[in-house]
Amino acid sequence: MIAENLPVLPIVLPILAAPLCVILHRPRLAWPLAVAVAWATFGVCCALLARVLADGTISYQLGNWAPPFGIEFRVDSLNAWLMPLVSGVGALVLTYAPRSLAAEVARSRHGLLYGVYLLSMTGLLGMTVTGDAFNVFVFLEISSLSTYALVSMGPDRRSLMAGFRYLIMGAIGGTFFLIGVGLLYMKTGTLNMADLAERLPAVKDSRTVLAGLGFLATGLSLKIALFPLHLWLPSAYTFAPSAVTAFLAATATKVSVYIVLRFFFTIAGVGESLGNGAVREAIMLLALVGIFVASLVACFQQEVKRALAYSSVAQIGYILVGVTMLTVDGMTGALVHVFNHALMKGGLFMVLGCVVARVGGSRLSDLRGIGRRMPLTAIAFVIGGLGMIGVPATVGFVSKWYLVLGALEAGLWHVAAMMLVSSLLAVVYVWRVVEVMYFQEPEDAPEIDEAKTDEAPFGMLLPTLVMIGATIWFGLDTDLTVDVARRTAAMLLGGGS
Amino acid sequence: MSTFVGLYNYWIVIVLMMAGLYTVIAKGNLVKKVIGLNLFQTSVILFYVGMGKVEGGTAPILVHGDGAEEVVYSNPLPHVLMLTAIVVGIATTAVALALVVRLNEAYDSIEEDEILEQDPTT
Amino acid sequence: MREYTVPRVVAKILIPYILLYALYVQFHGDFGPGGGFQAGVIFAAGVILYALLFGLAAARRVVPPDVVRVLIAFGVMLYGGVGVATMAKGGKFLDYGVLAHDPVHGQHYGILLVELGVGITVTAVMIALFYAFAGRRSA
Repeated sequence: MIAENLPVLPIVLPILAAPLCVILHRPRLAWPLAVAVAWATFGVCCALLARVLADGTISYQLGNWAPPFGIEFRVDSLNAWLMPLVSGVGALVLTYAPRSLAAEVARSRHGLLYGVYLLSMTGLLGMTVTGDAFNVFVFLEISSLSTYALVSMGPDRRSLMAGFRYLIMGAIGGTFFLIGVGLLYMKTGTLNMADLAERLPAVKDSRTVLAGLGFLATGLSLKIALFPLHLWLPSAYTFAPSAVTAFLAATATKVSVYIVLRFFFTIAGVGESLGNGAVREAIMLLALVGIFVASLVACFQQEVKRALAYSSVAQIGYILVGVTMLTVDGMTGALVHVFNHALMKGGLFMVLGCVVARVGGSRLSDLRGIGRRMPLTAIAFVIGGLGMIGVPATVGFVSKWYLVLGALEAGLWHVAAMMLVSSLLAVVYVWRVVEVMYFQEPEDAPEIDEAKTDEAPFGMLLPTLVMIGATIWFGLDTDLTVDVARRTAAMLLGGGS
Repeated sequence: MSTFVGLYNYWIVIVLMMAGLYTVIAKGNLVKKVIGLNLFQTSVILFYVGMGKVEGGTAPILVHGDGAEEVVYSNPLPHVLMLTAIVVGIATTAVALALVVRLNEAYDSIEEDEILEQDPTT
Repeated sequence: MREYTVPRVVAKILIPYILLYALYVQFHGDFGPGGGFQAGVIFAAGVILYALLFGLAAARRVVPPDVVRVLIAFGVMLYGGVGVATMAKGGKFLDYGVLAHDPVHGQHYGILLVELGVGITVTAVMIALFYAFAGRRSA
């Protein structure tokens, strides 16, 4: 029963556990269930990845309806590779969540929060696994709606406005996506992705299809927070509960990047046909401007969460620059960076969650003296920060290496140079935090004992260290990530019809 | 001329869509924003339903008896898809209005500029 | 609305028929237009009409919020449970054909249960939304 239904289990497990969490309601009952289910989902996703790597693409027909009519779940190396990431980060953050939430959200709402969190995970996994264009929209909305609720549960009233802004932008993005899918359906008469890929080349130049792709691109740009459509992101990440931020920063935009790759490479094959087109250059330009502007803005933030949020906008820029190079190395870099950035940013936000749980805030002034008070937490931040800069032996280096390699291969010397220069900006915004943590004394707390440490609870610290440890592990052992990414990149660029 | 008259349903969709999008962008009142968003989403429903119409087609319910083979049905798939989109729209509206209620309790206002005055960093 | 006798009497007569009509739409969904979404909204409309005329407190006595919360979850789980049952019987997720010996009967049971789940959840969600907005003290 489990083996043949593997592709559908990552959806079924969390979506059935979510209502159970709502029924149980008490955090003490709901949390163990949610965590167990999240880890089980992670296990299933890993099994799925192993199966895809061994046997190739898996197709699963929901309700046993044949593909063009029924909904098909289709797992190839591109999405099989993303699913363990989403479910793994989801499970790890959920393990970390209760202690972190205790400081930020009223306890009576924890049970519901776990339910909504699982729904959000369901939506993200569903977007990844499905092979039906409209089904993507449904799962997109499941994940978005639950995300709006999660963001607005933040500790501060400003989280409400952040959630509302996110909702308006997200709903517009989702609706643009829906219009795009509608226009493609109008011309091809099918919603199945494999079918679409077959029928689109014949009508590629029709105005309907071009308009449809334009709507898709705009809607998805909103969802991935491509500069200048990123305005919802910094506030949402800053004011959401820390655990929620860690989960969102690691997964939400990454899954949207996957949808972009799916639609524009495997379905439309635009990556190929726009080889030297203006659209490609425009997106690359926006991505590069985004890297610089967002990194620069990050350097001037007093709130560290917000600085990291702007850095996320910049990282999306790196990923898109890699995608638009249209070389195997560039695409490999982009794919690896999706994975690596999820680990780094998830880890960094988890570190900040630890600080918030102990100190009560994550402004620069709150971080004074953390290096002595919470040594392990501070070291975790330093390692994560080194990754953001791209220092060798961290994951950040691996992705930047392939991105620069890809740029050189494509003959884009100036792009390679710009990526290296922009890393210096990362040095600035990471160093500001590190300096405050290690070299500034807290003003108002002179009575703190020099030798005494005051780390976050073990239940928070351990997942944080695991996540940060993973950034070193995958920085040293690149076999898994780079190999799969390279295979996938070759598939995207070669098989893009 | 035929672009204007022959495709009138799409013109209606576009006018509604842009009216909705304009309301979302231009209005400072949060409830008006939600209404604009609703209008925007509803125009897409109209777009899909219009797309599924087959000339001379009837409701897609199986007809038995004489002449059953000659009956032309409208394409039911876009309608089914829009059933889902309606539900999504309701859910979005409900979450949005819930947030507006909470914002009103927290700031005593549903005007965006007044809220920003109280909390400039959002 | 306590002082208006006519709407209250009319509602008392109408509400049973509204609920009955909702059940008709729900269970006739196999043979004609209808189904869980529409039936759920109609059923909830009956409860909301009651709440409008007889007060929120009275409605909450009839349909307590805790029950509503459980029903929201129960409907989703009924839907998913059908899917799990089909997987347990050796079919694909939501492959109703395997639910009975005769695939046609299986399809019938499957869609009936799934639509029931949808109907229950939609009813409960609509009532919950009404409670959530109506029960808020105005600032």
